[in-house]
Amino acid sequence: MSEHHKENFITKYVFSMDHKMIAKQFLLTGMFMAVVGMLMSAIFRVQLANPGESSILYNLLPSTWLNDAGGLNPDKYLALVTMHGTILVFWVLTAGLSGTFANFLIPLQIGARDMASGFLNMLSYWFFFIATVVLMSSLFVESGPASGGWTIYPPLSALPQAIPGSGTGMTLWLISITLFVVGSLLGGLNYIVTILNLRTIGMTMKRLPLTVWALLITAILGVLSFPVLLSCGLLLVFDRSFGTSFYLSDIIINGEVLHNEGGSPILFEHLFWFLGHPEVYIILLPALGIVSEVIAVNSRKPIFGYKAMVGALLLIAFLSFIVWGHHMFMTGMNPFLGSVFTFTTLLIAIPSAVKVFNYLATLWRGNIRFTPAMLFAIGTVSAFITGGLTGIILGDSALDINVHDTYFVVGHFHIVMGLSAIYGMFAGVYHWFPKMYGRMMNKHLGYIHFWGTFICAYGVFFPMHFLGLAGLPRRYYSNSAFPMFDGLSDINALITFFALAGAIVQAIFLFNFFYSIFKGTKASQNPWKSNTLEWTTPIERIHGNWPGELPVVKRWAYDYSKPGAEEDFIIQTEPLKDGEIEH
Amino acid sequence: MDIALRNMVKKQLLWISLAAISMFFASMLSAFIVEKADVGNWKEFILPNYFVFSTGVIILSSLLLFFIKPQLKKEKSIFSLVFSVLILGIIFSYFQIKGWQQLTNQGIFLTGVGSNISGSFLYILTLTHLLHLVGGLVGLCISTIKSKQNLYSVNNYLGLELTAIYWHFLTVLWVILFAFLKFY
Repeated sequence: MSEHHKENFITKYVFSMDHKMIAKQFLLTGMFMAVVGMLMSAIFRVQLANPGESSILYNLLPSTWLNDAGGLNPDKYLALVTMHGTILVFWVLTAGLSGTFANFLIPLQIGARDMASGFLNMLSYWFFFIATVVLMSSLFVESGPASGGWTIYPPLSALPQAIPGSGTGMTLWLISITLFVVGSLLGGLNYIVTILNLRTIGMTMKRLPLTVWALLITAILGVLSFPVLLSCGLLLVFDRSFGTSFYLSDIIINGEVLHNEGGSPILFEHLFWFLGHPEVYIILLPALGIVSEVIAVNSRKPIFGYKAMVGALLLIAFLSFIVWGHHMFMTGMNPFLGSVFTFTTLLIAIPSAVKVFNYLATLWRGNIRFTPAMLFAIGTVSAFITGGLTGIILGDSALDINVHDTYFVVGHFHIVMGLSAIYGMFAGVYHWFPKMYGRMMNKHLGYIHFWGTFICAYGVFFPMHFLGLAGLPRRYYSNSAFPMFDGLSDINALITFFALAGAIVQAIFLFNFFYSIFKGTKASQNPWKSNTLEWTTPIERIHGNWPGELPVVKRWAYDYSKPGAEEDFIIQTEPLKDGEIEH
Repeated sequence: MDIALRNMVKKQLLWISLAAISMFFASMLSAFIVEKADVGNWKEFILPNYFVFSTGVIILSSLLLFFIKPQLKKEKSIFSLVFSVLILGIIFSYFQIKGWQQLTNQGIFLTGVGSNISGSFLYILTLTHLLHLVGGLVGLCISTIKSKQNLYSVNNYLGLELTAIYWHFLTVLWVILFAFLKFY
């Protein structure tokens, strides 16, 4: 399509094939799920601070989830932890992040009218939406949702009779994740072919904004790793429902000897983590792409080491496929194999460091504008460093064994993956909100949101490292049964305080977001004075993005503060002057 | 989007999908390797003769597809060619099912008390391949109808070309699976 066409309510807001509307659908669904996941974490943090006691927050739960004293049932605690992990990893940080920004930015930043297939794009969202409905419905089944952890290790996930959450809840989990993967694959295929084929004239790969590079590599990772999760899940379904033994062997349950022989739950771990580790980068790379753009724009400087940044993205993506074993150091792995995985894991520090130093070099002596987006972008880099450092410990098999399955791991991955990605997502929302809704978000509320989130997040996850070093295991309903952990209860209470405070701070963001959609200050066409193509489109949303001809690209995306230029930014469509050398 | 670009996009979508499907089967085969190395009671099996026949059939069907473009260039009807491939695809499916029947006669089951993980893998690998093949059969059905209506020309046969690429992929995939199951 080349021009804007008439749309009715259904085709504009519901079954839209416009990438910008689909992006908003992903964003709003992701935000809804983020609130659900966050409330779940608030509830189980309250349980950890006051084990077995009642709480006003528990009013959000069905009464069957509570014991007679009004406390949370242990099996439902496990269900909340499982669902929190599932929702945050897949629904918020995969679909919410990639789905939103890949859809929104790819066509706009490469100069395309839309995705290669608007229909596939629409299907991708609706598969995601149905997956969401199925997952949420599992909260309302009698035996409760899946509760064997977001990694759904067998045998708990393979035997419906194992624990309450292994029954219908687990079945619904598997159905929803299958729909989710199908949606993700449809989206990923579309992103790749769109970037490869629909770039406007002059938009060579060397001129692509790093955001698009990151989204391209993320899509490739998804297309190559999600099918492995499907095969992993398929074997699990056969074990659960048809009595095969891929993951099961020598099991006695409630005194009954099962016929299963020969299988191994370790096989599940291999398959799961072959997806699972690339998944970390499926989550992280889009955030790093967003950060590259936001930092360059708000430092008023070209991104430092563009080619090295692309190379680092590619290297991280490649390495992410050969490190899965570091999640399995405690499975009885041959120590030599463990050392191989340690080596490949530590190699990731090299491209990661390249990215971090390039961000710092971009910031160095920049004319920095501390917008909320910029603060969150710097927060991403900060969390990436903090979490990355503890990753070096966990990537080393000899060290990992000591803190395996403790709160050290919880603290690590929440900072390096959770915070980095969610900060990146916030940076993206604050930065591109004017393009999405034609209005500005309130920056003062944005500052309160950033500092509140930053302080609370570190208040939650930093002390977890000390809990882990003290040996506190993760996923336990209560630690009060173990005298050795009595001295840690105050830290647990402190973490819960910060978790609840952090949750309240997010209400400020939600208010700012929805209020600004309707009442925010009207945005100008290019409020951040950016170079990329999305800021050349009209403020009013049109399907097709540009009313006339597509823009023609004449330079890369990072000509900020270029000597001799009239202003400190030059849009990509601006021709090179006589004698001007392209970066 | 002009037609040439649209066609290229569709072909790329297919090729990338094939990469995703390859990863699915690669993970299955690696699971097979890991389990065979680990499991003490791994039961060896003899591949049914029908799987040998089906291998021949699917290779023949793929070879026939290579004649389509020359036929189109000569502006001759390709109906009989496409229809033959469809029939061979159905015969392949029939042989696969007969192969499973032979397996159960040998006492090798997908599931149940008498089953073994080696047999379960054998069934799952062949079953998932067959499920993918059903997609190819649907494509061939559509292509057969269109070729009967002479809707294809040398400049306009993208749907058939995509089906052919997918079918060749399924052939190669089956040959790899067969060789793997036979010799590993």
